[in-house]
Amino acid sequence: MTAALGKDLVGLERLSPDQIRLILDTAEPFKEVSERPIKKVPALRGKTIVNLFFEASTRTRISFEFAEKRLSADTVNVAASGSAVQKGETLVDTARNLEAMRIDMVVIRHPSSGAAAFLGDRIRSNVVNAGDGKHEHPTQALLDLLTIRDKHGKIAGLKVCLVGDVLHSRVARSNIWGLSKLGAEVGVCGPDTLMPRGIEELGVCRFRRIEEAIEWADVLNVLRLQLERMEMGFIPSVREYYRVFGVTLERLEKAPRPLTIMHPGPMNRGVEIDSRVADGPHSVILDQVTNGVAVRMAVLYLLAGGRPELADAAKRGAE
Amino acid sequence: MAVEVLELAHGTDRLVLIGIQRRGVELAERIARLIEQDEGVVVPRGALDITLYRDDLETVGPKPVIGETRIPGDLGGKHVVIVDDVLYTGRTVRAALDELADFGRPERISLCVLVDRGGRELPIQPDVVGTKVKVGDGERVDVLVEELDGRDEVDLVSGK
Repeated sequence: MTAALGKDLVGLERLSPDQIRLILDTAEPFKEVSERPIKKVPALRGKTIVNLFFEASTRTRISFEFAEKRLSADTVNVAASGSAVQKGETLVDTARNLEAMRIDMVVIRHPSSGAAAFLGDRIRSNVVNAGDGKHEHPTQALLDLLTIRDKHGKIAGLKVCLVGDVLHSRVARSNIWGLSKLGAEVGVCGPDTLMPRGIEELGVCRFRRIEEAIEWADVLNVLRLQLERMEMGFIPSVREYYRVFGVTLERLEKAPRPLTIMHPGPMNRGVEIDSRVADGPHSVILDQVTNGVAVRMAVLYLLAGGRPELADAAKRGAE
Repeated sequence: MAVEVLELAHGTDRLVLIGIQRRGVELAERIARLIEQDEGVVVPRGALDITLYRDDLETVGPKPVIGETRIPGDLGGKHVVIVDDVLYTGRTVRAALDELADFGRPERISLCVLVDRGGRELPIQPDVVGTKVKVGDGERVDVLVEELDGRDEVDLVSGK
């Protein structure tokens, strides 16, 4: 029997449309678990999961931790600061030491693109990518897909525009893969300095003005403007960015139809998004957070199916 | 079976019917409707998917589609009757008992099945049984219900 998802979840680029749908469908009943008086099921009892975070994260780490605990897994959090990583230990050595303590899964967040795949090829445990550099953040895109499907009842045929810093965004990359695989039309909108070269080759529409994107789209996924980028000269000033690309109430009022507003967080109010929009009736930003736990439960549950033969094969491949 | 359930629960006052996904949910619904016709009382009913309480995730792998779990209100002080189509090893019922315990503390839990095919691996026995069937090794009992399968039927299937 082959595993539904394989050994690791590295990115949506590697998944088939059916695998993506399977995760979304499996997430559906997990939503209800979080509404129970005892928010816990024993599905992953006895499994040990290590959350290995080499980069700051609040929402994603807590969401994974809730997902793990609600499936009854035992969890350990390792942060890069205060660990042997600071003493110069390599990623693989860190993970192999953890494996020597008989763990079952690693959830990894790392500043280098490709870190999750690199690790997955070298250890027996299942690896879940919680964000690697500018590469992918698959569970974020999956929760975005689930939220869009909840709101619109479908994904195929919808027009979804990613707004802002696409260049540095792993969320954008995972979203582009996931949305296109499920048949949505994807647009991107932002300053030229924050657009990766050749973005059109991924089959997305490019909008240079936010007004055009708003006129076109059914859903806006507003990416966080990473403020540290300003010092690096990508944008002249935060105020100018807001004036030109900010998703404001005034701009949305001119839209031909009400737009669903999403944001992966953390939000910079008054920079990429107007507070009145973030808290407005068409915002599903907090639904995204709720769905994040369900999607991560689904991913962990599907990966935990117990596939020693695949883990063995993966390990042999690395030697 | 509806009459037996009523006798077991001494009426409908505290009765709650919980069907196990998937065929058990339809059977619970039918028993509830029969009771409604005879007694004029709407019996609270629910559904339970025990997938996440199974003890064999490692061996059979995750079941891709997990059904709905819907518990009608607080189970404290209630007489819960679990309804399922086929009783075999008893492991599903074991999982259902564990799962129900996480939803509250019913005063009593009983078990009602359409077909008891023997072959128990746990000390679990039904309180209400539609029929008992002797089934050999390698044979399977399939219950079909009109709502899901287009017809009502109990099949004895041999081989895999």
